[in-house]
Amino acid sequence: MENIRKALVQSSWGYKLLALFFLSLLLYPFIITNPYWINLMITVLMFVALGQSWNWLGGYAGQISFGQAAFFGLGAYTSTVLLIRFHVNPWIGMGAGAVVAVAVAFVIGYPVFRLKGHYFAIATIALGEIVRIAFDNWKVVGGASGLELPLLRSSLLNFEFVSKVPYYYIALALALVAYGVTFWIEHSRLGYYLRAIKEDADAARSLGINLTRYKFAALMLSAMMAAIMGTFHAQYYLFIDPPSTMGLDLSILISLVAVIGGVGTFWGPLVGAFVLIPISELTRSFLGGSGQAYNLILYGGLIIAVAVLQPGGLWALFQRLGKREVSGPMPPAPKKEESHAAP
Amino acid sequence: MNDIIQVLACGLLMGLVYALIALGLTLIWGVVEIVNFSHGDFMMVAMYLVFTLYSFLHLDPLFSLPLVAVAMALIGIMVHKLLIRPVLKAPMLAQIFVTFGLMIFLRGLAQFIWGPNYKVIPNVLISGSAMIGPIYLGWPQLMAGLGAVLGTIGVIWFVHRTETGRGLRATAEDRETAGLMGIDPERMFAWTWAIGIGSLGIAGALLANFFYIFPEVGGVFGLIAFVTVALGGFGSVGGAFAAGIIIGLVQVLSGFFINPAIKDIPVYSIYLLIVILRPQGLLGKF
Repeated sequence: MENIRKALVQSSWGYKLLALFFLSLLLYPFIITNPYWINLMITVLMFVALGQSWNWLGGYAGQISFGQAAFFGLGAYTSTVLLIRFHVNPWIGMGAGAVVAVAVAFVIGYPVFRLKGHYFAIATIALGEIVRIAFDNWKVVGGASGLELPLLRSSLLNFEFVSKVPYYYIALALALVAYGVTFWIEHSRLGYYLRAIKEDADAARSLGINLTRYKFAALMLSAMMAAIMGTFHAQYYLFIDPPSTMGLDLSILISLVAVIGGVGTFWGPLVGAFVLIPISELTRSFLGGSGQAYNLILYGGLIIAVAVLQPGGLWALFQRLGKREVSGPMPPAPKKEESHAAP
Repeated sequence: MNDIIQVLACGLLMGLVYALIALGLTLIWGVVEIVNFSHGDFMMVAMYLVFTLYSFLHLDPLFSLPLVAVAMALIGIMVHKLLIRPVLKAPMLAQIFVTFGLMIFLRGLAQFIWGPNYKVIPNVLISGSAMIGPIYLGWPQLMAGLGAVLGTIGVIWFVHRTETGRGLRATAEDRETAGLMGIDPERMFAWTWAIGIGSLGIAGALLANFFYIFPEVGGVFGLIAFVTVALGGFGSVGGAFAAGIIIGLVQVLSGFFINPAIKDIPVYSIYLLIVILRPQGLLGKF
């Protein structure tokens, strides 16, 4: 707690910039009223939160996962099934979804955390696909044809709105929550431990840090946030099916947002989401069906370039460019970034 | 009873192809120490090359097989020189994401060039089915099984009986020491990629005879290759062969007894069980 208060008081202007940025996003729907552009920004904000949730586990804890969509889907399905079958309020469903995701994370975490590196990454693909195939064939939850949410009166209580603007503010609030948690992780004991584990697991263990416990903490936070975003997705689109909520494609996109922006950095997922999602949405709407091919080529090319040329992601690139011009105070991420670039 | 024999025979033939696909993955894993996430997608590229040669030159998959295998081997070398060499000493994250990015890139490229629709090669030279005892087996499947066995034997022969193969194994064993003995690791890596991706040319051509061709076709094959390699033991060529057959059988049996739609769940579960309970696999060395 003391750390956090100190950090807030002394917050260098990186955080002030972020605060200003989120404040200016409050005005966005007043300036831009076209639903298309509001929808675009909602998607961007969703991926800011999802990318950050991936970043806690993949970046700070160094456990690269390609199964994040499973938690997203569990959140979406839990709240939707509760709503359809038992008329449970979606806000309560959101909490229930988070609980289910955390429970699943708890069960799979123990065996899977024994795996390292590639073995872990492949295991997360396998787990994600098992969940998706199971839901695809599970008639109780609609199987492959998915579930349609009932139309309710537009209100905050019902978590359904005719206008996109309320969804926008909820997405903004959720992205802010994700950033709040990231801020907390960076300045808490958990963050220091995670960083120590990532830098040198053996050294961290010899200092008495319980590796599994802190990796678990990162996994649960990550699962919880993803599940919450899943419920948001369900309430926003009012339709869910296994490919769109738990497919491997979604898991990949979530990880790309963080990796292209900058793995294990405070700013990475924000940069990644604001670069990747508009490119993806715009190519899709201007090029139609063939847009997806361009997207994949671009994503693939970007990720290869990042891996080969700049493993720190776009954020590290911005910093390098920035350093050449200004030598003023830098946001706090850079110092960590340098050590993360070559662990 | 006949049904089960029929199903087992189909599983066996498919398993032989899985074994050939997994062979390249385990070889690259063992020698270069890179996990190729785009492995299945290179096979997809091979299938499309076969398809293209058929549509422009009416070349049957059987005849385009050697051409495609050589082309894939060259692509393998190119990928190594351009993308893999720069990350050999990079952190694991970069190593994972370079082949991961390649996977996404190849799917996009295939969709861009050939479109998202399913393609089939309509009139293949070898078609129809044979009655063997109580069961029917498609000739293309039989040829795929036989071709995969020959391909696997070829690769095993190369790795165990040639000078270059000995160099490969030495490099896999201990890169530094092999280097001191005058084995150029860079040359060995290029060979490994050539064989690893080239063998996908064979597998792709054999599969193109009877399998749909679409941009994501590599996805499931790539995942199954991971399961096969894990089950057989990482870096073990013989293990991959046995594991391929087991995976093929597990797939058809779960399809037969439970539901064809979930036939991959038991396969992926095998991966999880193996890496968690017996990380060295069936025949792994370490």
